Order: sequence, then C-alpha cells, then structure tokens
Amino acid sequence: MDDLSNMYNDLIMEHSMNSYNKKKLKNSDFCELGHNPNCGDEINLEIKFNGNIIENIAFTGHGCAISQASTSIMIDTLKGKTIDEAKNIINIFMKMIKREYVDNESLKKLGDAIAFKNISNMPARVKCALLSWHTMEDILNNKYGK
Amino acid sequence: MEENMIKKDFPILNNKNMVYLDSGATTQKPIQVIKAIENYYENNNANPHRGAYDLSIKATECYENTRAKIAKFINAKYTEEVVFSKNATESLNLIAYSYGLSNLKKDDEVLISIMEHHSNLVPWQRITKQTGSKLKYMYINDKLEISEQEIKNKITPKTKMVGITYVSNVTGTINDVKQIIKQAHSVGAVVIVDASQAIPHMKIDVQDLDCDFLVFSGHKMLAPLGIGVMYGKKNILNQMPPFIMGGDMIEYVYEQETTFAELPNKFEAGTQNVEGVVGLGAAIDYLEGIGYEKIQKIEQEVIMYAREELSKLKYLELYITPNCNNHSGVISFNIKGIHPHDVASILNEQGVCVRSGNHCAQPLLRSLGIDSTCRASFYIYNTKEDVDRLVKALNITYKMFEKYLKQN
Repeated sequence: MDDLSNMYNDLIMEHSMNSYNKKKLKNSDFCELGHNPNCGDEINLEIKFNGNIIENIAFTGHGCAISQASTSIMIDTLKGKTIDEAKNIINIFMKMIKREYVDNESLKKLGDAIAFKNISNMPARVKCALLSWHTMEDILNNKYGK
Repeated sequence: MEENMIKKDFPILNNKNMVYLDSGATTQKPIQVIKAIENYYENNNANPHRGAYDLSIKATECYENTRAKIAKFINAKYTEEVVFSKNATESLNLIAYSYGLSNLKKDDEVLISIMEHHSNLVPWQRITKQTGSKLKYMYINDKLEISEQEIKNKITPKTKMVGITYVSNVTGTINDVKQIIKQAHSVGAVVIVDASQAIPHMKIDVQDLDCDFLVFSGHKMLAPLGIGVMYGKKNILNQMPPFIMGGDMIEYVYEQETTFAELPNKFEAGTQNVEGVVGLGAAIDYLEGIGYEKIQKIEQEVIMYAREELSKLKYLELYITPNCNNHSGVISFNIKGIHPHDVASILNEQGVCVRSGNHCAQPLLRSLGIDSTCRASFYIYNTKEDVDRLVKALNITYKMFEKYLKQN
C-alpha cells in the first residue's frame, strides 16, 4: 500500500473531490477538451489571458481522482505565470513523470505538483496524471498566438 | 477442497499472493496447457500441410486432430465447419467481410444487441455503411435483459443478419440466444453467436442452438493467447468468398487467377498458430476432465456468494440482473462517487486484480448512463475466500475516500 498511501494523500484527495478550480470561467479566451477514451475521462480547460500572462484557468468535466487532482494542482501552479514560464513548468512536470533528471531548483517550480513524482510507480495511472498537462501544452503551443 | 485442487494446476496463481478476478479478460493457464505447448515444440514442431517428412506430418496431425476435437466439443456436424482464427474478433471480421459484404444489400438490416462487445459492433458499422444496409439494436430492460418482446419487435422481414453475445462481458446476463435464433430463422436471417464469455462456463452445442455462426477466443477458456475459432454451417461457409488471401488457402494460382482450397483451408491463409491450436486442444481436455456440470457447480457457488456479499455493501452500485439463474461469470460495480480506475488501483495494491474501464462496450455503458465500471470476473479457480478478499479490499478503499465524499 506504500505507493498508494503516498498517492492518495490529503492534498490529492482534496483537490480531486472538492476542487475550488472546478468551475466555469466567465469570458475565457480558450477552451479545450482533453479526453482519454480508454477510461472515459473528459476534462475541459478554460483559460483567460492578460497579454502573455495566464490570468486565470478553470476546469470542468469528470475523471478519476488522479486526473482531477492533477488538473486542479496544475491550475494552482500555472496561474499568474507567463506563457514561457508555463511551458517550462509543463516540461519539468513531464520530465519528472518520465523519471528523467530534473534539478532541485526546477522541481521547486512545480509547487504542489511535485506530489505526482511517484506516479511512475503506478504505470497504469501515468496517463491520468498527464491528461490536463498535455491539453494545456497543446493550447500553449498550438492555439495561442496563432 | 475441489476448488483448491483446481487452483493447484495454475502455476501463476500459486506463485503470487494475489486474487485474480479478471478471467473475463483472459483466464490463467493450467500446467497441462503449458506443458502441451512445451511438448509440441520439443517433439512435434514443423510447418503443417507443407512437408512430406515425418515431422511435418506430425505437426499436421496435431493441428487437424485438434480441429476434430473442437468439432466434437461444440457438437459441429462436420469437422471442416471449424475454422481457426486469431481470436473472436478476427472470426467476427471474417464473417462481416466475407458473408456480410457479399450478402447485404441496400435497406437490409443487421440487428445486434446493445450488449455487444466492440468486436461484434464496429465491423457491422463498417459493413452496413459500405453496403447501404442499416444497423439496428435490441435494447435491454431494467433487469439488464433483452425481453422476448424486444426480440419479436426488432426481428423483421428486413433483418438479414443477427449478431448476439451469448453472455454479456459487462453484466454477465445470459441471453436467450435460442429464442433469438428461432425468431431470426423464421424471417430467413442468419445468426452469429459470440460465445466468448459463454464457452468457458457452459456447454455449447451448435446443432442444438441451430446458430449459423459461432465464435470464441481460446484464451478466455484456459488456452493460450492468439487462437480463436469460427464455426459456420457448412453450406453457408461453402458459399462464402475467402477473407484473407495467401498460402495454403489455394488450389491453383495462375498469373491473373486463383482457385481456392476447400473448407476449412479456404479460410486459413498463411502458416497457422499450431502452438495455439495444441494449447486449445489441451484446454478442452482439461475442461472435459472436470466436466461442465462440475464447472457450473463450482462457479455458481462462488458467483452466488459474490452477489450476496457485494449486495451487502451499501456504498456499491451493482450492474447485474436480479435473475440469478440468468447470470454468469462477471459482476460489474462502482463505488458511488469514486472513479473505477481509482478503485481498481487501490484494489491492486491489496493484491486484488479487477478490470476497470468501459470493457470494450461503450454503447452499453452509455445506455446505462455511465462511462466505466469495475468488473470482477470469476472462473473455476476462484473461491469464496477470493470473494472475501475482494470485499475486505473494497471496504478499505471506501474508507480511504469516505471522509472526502461526505463533503460533497
């Protein structure tokens, strides 16, 4: 139960079951659906930009505790960041999950998202943790600024 | 006692301290099947149907003797009515592409049930679109069964093909396939029975059913992965064009034309999975050694106990028919408010293997208003103790989430 009690801790449970980031945004600039057909998870991200700063993000949709918590914590981490900063943080998060080397200084930038460090011990759940981060990356790389 | 005797034959279940409740996905293999494959490669391996030398003749015998064994096992009238495939999915694609494509016309109807696995659904979408025919569904009632009335209403003179799963891989409902076949034949439609979830648990008699086609995968009935069967009535198979072209399914090949082999070779192009066939033969020997009567007795006891114990858990939602005589093999469930993937992960940490997801039956789950479930599926090696461990693990899982659920 070690990996699990690590993963299903208070922080993740709170974010997954009772997230303050789970709501609709007024006047969002971008709206993107991330989905994982294998489990039926669907997460709708809404983003409000102010120049090149991510002013606000919110999500709606449904999925497992891991995907819901990962989305909510990602929102906390990326809110208020510039687009370049956000891209960098997403990159650090993905590297961490793939167990590539990331220095401590970079890991600090993840904030609470560091809680997903051990998700690679549960390979069946990696996709769940990455769903919203991929969706966000997609928005920042492809949609914004085009 | 008997239950434990069976478990002893399955090395993987003795090597690990786990409760395996995913036999609906694939069963574990008894040592007899594993040894039969080993013996094949140690003593009999060559390419069947090809060489004139002793070893190739031996390999051919292994292959063809098993075909005869399967024909007897499902009570086919002719041995050549048994065609080997990769799995039930390939068998269904064979029927769809060969029979379906050459027989369906504009405005004909293909009727399937909402319970079908994607393998008996997606090919029919493709074939009906290609031929301009229509795909229709038989739906289930609140008992998760297809009612007699639904069968009567949906089978019409326009119905040309009916595809029906014998046992649902999500709800475990045993469908009244005999009634469906009778009704379909009265309008001249052919019926394909997907027996994948049935044949591990109950005696199949294709002549008694009078089905036109019947398919199953070996790996769900103790045989290795990658071997399946398509049974078809001889007169129908004879009229069907081949599905996959290549070696061994031909008579004469000219630069522009080819004549095809007789049944069953016509449908078995390329070097076949003889290892799988041998393993399937050994699996049938093993099952017949126990006997279906005893298999059903063992399984019924465990599944009845599981129904009873799981029904006691107030936080659980069960997707099963209330009619326990109409229920086989699998129990789908959800803990209210908790995603099945979380449940399956936490059960896994406690050594309990269940499947979670849509079970390749998205239309069925959508019709039930859900996108996924956990599914515990049982087989002859499972015991009441396995059910107790599942219940214990579910209680622990629920406790982990309970305090967060209350805030909602």
